[in-house]
Amino acid sequence: MLKFPIYLDYSATTPVDPRVAQAMIPWLTEHFGNPASRSHAYGWEAEKAVEDAREQVARLVNADAKEIVWTSGATESNNLAIKGAAQFYKGKGKHLITLKTEHKAVLDTFRELERQGFEATYLDVQENGLVDLSALKDAIRPDTILVSVMFVNNEIGVIQPIAEIGEICREKGIVFHVDAAQATGKVDIDLSKLKVDLMSFSAHKTYGPKGIGALYVRRKPRARLEAQMHGGGHERGLRSGTLATHQIVGMGEAFRIAREEMKTENERVRALRDRLMKGLQDIDATYINGDVEHRVPHNLNISFAYVEGESLIMAIKDVAVSSGSACTSASLEPSYVLRALGRNDELAHSSIRFTIGRFTTEEEVDYTIDLLHKKIGKLRELSPLWEMVQDGVDLDSVQWAAH
Amino acid sequence: MFAPVYLDWNATTPLDPLVRAAMLPWLDSRFGNASSRHEYGRQARSAIDEARARVAAAVGAHATEVIFTSCGSEANNLFIKGAAALMKPGLLAISAIEHPCVREPAKQLRRGGWALREIAVDAAGRIAGDDWKAVLDARPTLVSVMLANNETGVLQDIAALADDAKTAGAWFHSDAVQALGKIPVDFRTLGVHAMTLSAHKIGGPLGAGALVIDKRIELAPLIAGGGQERGLRSGTENVAAIVGFGVACERATARLEDEARRLAGLRDRLEAGLVASGMRIFSVEAPRLPNTTFFAADGFDGETLVAKLDRAGFACASGSACSSANPEPSHTLLAMGVERDVARGAVRVSLGRDTSMADVEGFLAAFERLTNELNKLTAMAVQS
Amino acid sequence: MAYSEKVLDHYENPRNVGAFGKEDEGVGTGMVGAPACGDVMKLQIKVGKDGVIEDAKFKTYGCGSAIASSSLVTEWVKGKTVEQALEIKNTQIAEELALPPVKIHCSILAEDAIKAAVADYKKKQG
Repeated sequence: MLKFPIYLDYSATTPVDPRVAQAMIPWLTEHFGNPASRSHAYGWEAEKAVEDAREQVARLVNADAKEIVWTSGATESNNLAIKGAAQFYKGKGKHLITLKTEHKAVLDTFRELERQGFEATYLDVQENGLVDLSALKDAIRPDTILVSVMFVNNEIGVIQPIAEIGEICREKGIVFHVDAAQATGKVDIDLSKLKVDLMSFSAHKTYGPKGIGALYVRRKPRARLEAQMHGGGHERGLRSGTLATHQIVGMGEAFRIAREEMKTENERVRALRDRLMKGLQDIDATYINGDVEHRVPHNLNISFAYVEGESLIMAIKDVAVSSGSACTSASLEPSYVLRALGRNDELAHSSIRFTIGRFTTEEEVDYTIDLLHKKIGKLRELSPLWEMVQDGVDLDSVQWAAH
Repeated sequence: MFAPVYLDWNATTPLDPLVRAAMLPWLDSRFGNASSRHEYGRQARSAIDEARARVAAAVGAHATEVIFTSCGSEANNLFIKGAAALMKPGLLAISAIEHPCVREPAKQLRRGGWALREIAVDAAGRIAGDDWKAVLDARPTLVSVMLANNETGVLQDIAALADDAKTAGAWFHSDAVQALGKIPVDFRTLGVHAMTLSAHKIGGPLGAGALVIDKRIELAPLIAGGGQERGLRSGTENVAAIVGFGVACERATARLEDEARRLAGLRDRLEAGLVASGMRIFSVEAPRLPNTTFFAADGFDGETLVAKLDRAGFACASGSACSSANPEPSHTLLAMGVERDVARGAVRVSLGRDTSMADVEGFLAAFERLTNELNKLTAMAVQS
Repeated sequence: MAYSEKVLDHYENPRNVGAFGKEDEGVGTGMVGAPACGDVMKLQIKVGKDGVIEDAKFKTYGCGSAIASSSLVTEWVKGKTVEQALEIKNTQIAEELALPPVKIHCSILAEDAIKAAVADYKKKQG
């Protein structure tokens, strides 16, 4: 039995795994202590649960639990890492580097630092969405103090060469931050090998609850930060504020499951994604956005030429998908990520991100393929652009009246 | 787990069962990201809107004045740093008994060229009139005074202070985290420009707080990104916690009057017993929250007693939870002029909706037995 | 995005989709918008000897509101003289479809499409 709408938007957020919810519920019932309360058992058991969860998060990425700082989510982690490091190291220099295809949480933080007097370089990516390492090397200046590159792009799912970037940064003594919100449970992350200083995590993209995330802060060699939220001195002074025990416990359990099951899960998910990709590539004039090889197994971002994105979303309302990233869906702007790949606006407008996950079935994928075939056909019948192309008109040669 | 009697409701509160019931669907089938445009996202968005209306209604504010944050500390940081970031550096005045999540961001402002001034309190913990006048004369730009103190429960006359501050041309903020659900809190009556709320102090979950703010004040966000919460607080919304916060606000304010009367009755019984045992109750001469008792005595070792009480099945606090790891005596008591040694031994008992008269009587019996034991040990130590 | 019932109806069951031969007698073709802006509307009218619009067809690349706006105007222009068709205002379209403010441009585009189709018709008539 299919349940509608079919959820294929696992990169926007994931359902909480029932095992995670099970682990959280006791902390919403009898175990309600404030982990900062040191004078009674309610506080102690909460503190222990928080530390156990920290260990689980650390194990997924092969780090030490002491290197994990809780935050309210990846957006806060990105803000803390980038502003915190920039402000700490500003005596060394004021130049920062990132990519044009980063998440808004990174880009907006960079813009804010620019207003504070830092200088930023926003690197172009290649047509496949991957960073050009030589362009990165060329962008590094003597006063560069921080490089921030996402592990996995939220829209097109491409995996950036984090190990190589880490080598470059470490050699130059530059702090390297990685937004790994979309990477956990999808790619192997070994922080004992990767030369990454700071790494942001989110629970709700990996079957954990919303409202909780973490920042990895390397101890050897030690990455230093200035705190962004001040108060009771929680999290070794790096992040004050009462911790939500149930959410932390949920993140710990979600990351435990990810570690134990990601290998088999990714194989299953990849097979579904490939099935979807094959099924949709049967449609004329489709273009896959982003590198297919260096890509997480659950993402398919595809443009359907000559149909408009919003009407496409409307046509396929039986499937919950995203055009562009969730955070920018409210605006009518074409995706800046696809533009950065050099996609023209029409193709950017008509792109759909399908992201498959733990609870996706083959039946759902097949239904989606069939639905897309029908609806794309219908919209193209409606499309004057498609008609022109069928008549052999080169759309690029047309003079469009701007309005 | 063996369940001790919980007498630490100012640190955090157990989740109200109805709040939990309201939250659970958002940890299950309703998991959408509120920024998504499909059905899953729209469900989440409308749940957040509804919760925002509930929180606003509980404090007499307009829904558009409520900005959700991850906790009260964040809301305090957002106001102090966010408002200051868009102003010319001036004078920031905070009371001498603020929570660290006001005090610490306030100290940070000094690096940006702000002057920081603490407003003295009197022996009862109330803002000292003469010092307040001096502060006003110094023309502050920003003022922050908490409505109810987390340790003593002492209440400030925020409406009068906010009025004075406005006349002096300052923006006035109040941390109302401990007051919400215990006394009426009305944004308009208080006349403040901004105030901070927290869910987990009122039977709601950890993970949600709010800054209620007059929109004339421009704020710079602490957390940049996707532009959620009118651009003032980016990050995927914690839907379950926000929904819980909304319901908790509704629940806590609906039964406030009767509950406050009941708690005050329990508190009075508790304090009568403590006074009979030679304890000194702080701020007893000032208006206070109905649920909070902060006490000590000369030579009284509160910290050891709290540990013994915990083993005997009563959970209470020595000092505020956030600074419990810190052996420093209570900052609030020192500001009130209490001697360091006495302050170091202070114990806080805070009551809540599950507390019964039997709990209070049980606590008093245990208290008496354990203090006697402690006194005997001390006497023996002195003899040998 | 919450669409009105009428937008959804036109979107699900667009009226008068199709094309006339551009060179056919009495046919006026208007193409407005640009792919880069996210909407392109092609509206065609077939005008009888008496100057009354006998039939209309459209094809639209655009959002649901753009499709609905163009579908609606094909219904509206039929039976009108070309001069009457020119009197259709975007505000009427927006009102009929209950378009939200961010979608008002779709109704403007539909009005422009009528004007362009009529202009093309008149040009061909010489």
